[in-house]
Amino acid sequence: MHKITMKAAMAACFLFGATMTTTVANSAEMMSFPKKDWSWQGVFGTYDRGQLQRGLQAYKSVCAACHGLKFIAFRNLTDLGYSAAEIKDFAKTIEVTNKEPNDEGEIFKRPGRTDDYFPDPFPNKQAARAGNNGAFPPDLSLVVESRVGGADYLYALLTGYSEPPKGVKLGEGMSYNKAFPGHQIAMPPPLADGAVEYKDGTKPTVAQIATDVTAFLAWASEPNMEARKSMGIKVMLFLFAFLFVLIGMKRRTWANVH
Amino acid sequence: MEKQNFDNKVIQWVDDRLPVFSYMNHEYNEFPMPKNLNYFWNFGALATIVLVTMIVTGIVLAMQYTPHTTLAFDSVERIMRDVNYGWLMRYIHANGGSMFFIVVYIHIFRGLYYGSYKAPRELIWMLGVVILLLMMGTAFMGYVLPWGQMSYWGAQVITDFFTAIPFVGEAITTWLRGDFVIDNATLNRFFSLHYLLPFVIVGVVAFHVMALHVTGSNNPDGIDIKDPQDTVPFNPYFTAKDSVGIGAFLIVWAAFVFFAPNFLGHPDNYIEAQPLSTPAHIVPEWYFLPFYAILRSITFDIWFLEAKLLGVIAMGASIMILFILPWLDTSKVRSARYRPLFRLFFWVLLVDCVILGIVGAKSPNDLVISGVEWFEYKTLGLLATIYYFGHFLVLIPIIGKIETPKPLPTSISKPVTGGGGSAPAGSASAAKKEKA
Amino acid sequence: MAEPHAEDEERRDFLQLAAGAIGGVGAVAFAWPLVDTMSPSAEVLALSSTELDVSSIKPGQAIIVKWRKRPYFVRRRTKIEIDAAEKVDIASLREPEADKDRVTKSEWLVVSASCTHFGCIPKGAKVGDDRGEFGGFFCPCHGSHYDTSGRIRKGPAPRNLPVPPHNFVSDKILKIG
Repeated sequence: MHKITMKAAMAACFLFGATMTTTVANSAEMMSFPKKDWSWQGVFGTYDRGQLQRGLQAYKSVCAACHGLKFIAFRNLTDLGYSAAEIKDFAKTIEVTNKEPNDEGEIFKRPGRTDDYFPDPFPNKQAARAGNNGAFPPDLSLVVESRVGGADYLYALLTGYSEPPKGVKLGEGMSYNKAFPGHQIAMPPPLADGAVEYKDGTKPTVAQIATDVTAFLAWASEPNMEARKSMGIKVMLFLFAFLFVLIGMKRRTWANVH
Repeated sequence: MEKQNFDNKVIQWVDDRLPVFSYMNHEYNEFPMPKNLNYFWNFGALATIVLVTMIVTGIVLAMQYTPHTTLAFDSVERIMRDVNYGWLMRYIHANGGSMFFIVVYIHIFRGLYYGSYKAPRELIWMLGVVILLLMMGTAFMGYVLPWGQMSYWGAQVITDFFTAIPFVGEAITTWLRGDFVIDNATLNRFFSLHYLLPFVIVGVVAFHVMALHVTGSNNPDGIDIKDPQDTVPFNPYFTAKDSVGIGAFLIVWAAFVFFAPNFLGHPDNYIEAQPLSTPAHIVPEWYFLPFYAILRSITFDIWFLEAKLLGVIAMGASIMILFILPWLDTSKVRSARYRPLFRLFFWVLLVDCVILGIVGAKSPNDLVISGVEWFEYKTLGLLATIYYFGHFLVLIPIIGKIETPKPLPTSISKPVTGGGGSAPAGSASAAKKEKA
Repeated sequence: MAEPHAEDEERRDFLQLAAGAIGGVGAVAFAWPLVDTMSPSAEVLALSSTELDVSSIKPGQAIIVKWRKRPYFVRRRTKIEIDAAEKVDIASLREPEADKDRVTKSEWLVVSASCTHFGCIPKGAKVGDDRGEFGGFFCPCHGSHYDTSGRIRKGPAPRNLPVPPHNFVSDKILKIG
């Protein structure tokens, strides 16, 4: 059994080393956010279509004024459970800039089509800053994947606005936020109770809207997550079965040597 | 090498003119392998599997990726979202980079433990170090390609090292970057070189394996093959055993790809590169962290040599030192199994490397233990770096001389067939005379 | 240690076969995504149909539009052009096709603008263009003549200009694809 403990020890050491260094690297911010249970967590996780649809509604009515979602096309919304006709109608309600100028050489805006992407609310970064006190509202397509803490962080941010503690002086136009690094954020609290009137009748508390928008943005960061996990389960089952057969083959092959 | 006679006429015809089939038969079918190899001998084959998979997924990704600063990040997102199975190819490739280093680090530590670097296998070992260097270059450039924040700032920091070279540093750095700062010229050439280097690696791997087949494989006991009794042919014994290793390894790789594809990466790289905004903590990928720690560990000048230059030299030396290891180790015995003192310090080295990795991820001024003001991570890093060099330059030569190795078995077959562990006392001197 | 039995060898061979077969299945399963990843991606397929407002095209006028990145003629035919197309003896055509099988509304001709010879864009859409001897389209590259239904009548092109799937979503909106 000497060889098995050796192998286990070394391999474990390396995976431990890799994991430790990575976890350490990523937790350099050293802020912890309460871990929420999200429907897409775990090996069998899936997105909750109801959450995604409410989140889309919230994004459109609250966030889209300042934040783009440039990697999501309207056709991607079939993932949320909408039909092609519903998406076509939804797209029409959103104005996009046509890629080519018109026959007079002018750039023009038109109602969206299924193959269009969510439009940027500002024509360029400078305009975005000018309209937001010098702060740049980032595109939200990857916000959940690009922040340490992911969905937990985003939820904590959206629900983390409060009065600054004693002795903390807020900068001009800044708000105090418990989750944001540095605790001073240029975005004023985006959510309030009743800010969105949900089509499905769910009560729109801040916590509810934050949950729904976070779920929607998690989907936007990785629309293929469900395909990934479902393929993963099949692949793992195959590989375990394969390994089982391979071990059998190896033992039979070596039977007369040991 | 004997020419084979084949039943199949077509194969025979080709083989008479270009003996590929005889070659394959000799190298991968009949080749005598020590029968006592353990699963640590799988990792070379695993590394080859990773290399081939990285090349295949890389080529497929290169069909969709655009190496221009304004388009690179978007092209990667397009791969993730719109390209059929693009997410799969990307995650396999990105996690494959990490898998490659896990496998190669284990492969290297196997060599360290069992004395595989010792005569007559010194050249195999040195070619291996060359492969490691090529891998590091390839991985570094590959990480720049998505043009995220870490891509950009990692490239900025690493290319900045070259400015430490006296007199010509700035000129070299500008030449490397193709510009005064990291910009499109840099990105485009990194793409070209990232595509090229893996094929150079294939070539060096070929030499590495050819050199191996001159001497044959080492084995856990570190003693030479005495007669055919000690060996089994590569096929079917090691095709079967390697298959098990491959199967288990694919499970690990798949676990990352399908269930934790971003765990080994850094969230900041999902933000497009912003040349005017440095991230709070610039960290390289985990497999570079020990070297990063060594680089940052020298914070003082020595005479006219600046700390920055010393750090770069130390980092380079930490790999270069591996080249001369066969000559640093004075022991006549190969395997740590029979070298108790060497074995102890092997584990110390391993722990030291893990510590260096952890230090590489931390801020140098953070406290290792909260409350203990003087013990910052940069101090720990310096101590770990000193140990690293001390291990190779001081300990290894001394241990070889002062150590009393355990008696070696007379042959490979004896322990495997259960004929008893150590050789009888009478032949201990014969065992000691083993040419290491 | 007993000698390997024939039974053991049989079991070993079976396992080798099983392992090989499962490995083969795995290899093919892995090869499929590698192949499919080269197929057109989602945002390319999203452009699989084009809708255009044709109300500004007058009878006798034609435009060139792109569908799936390729050029197509959309011509609003005059009565004379429609009659000429319908009266042709189909048997005499290089590729026999009736005009009614090539249009959904006889007033509108929607055909590929890629000559079936070697792919040049034939003349005939713009005012003043040479329309060839049959009043349809004329390819200047090697002298292929197409008629008012886009069928090849003279010259080296082997086939009629292909008709893409199309229909009128409304009186004004033509959908191709």
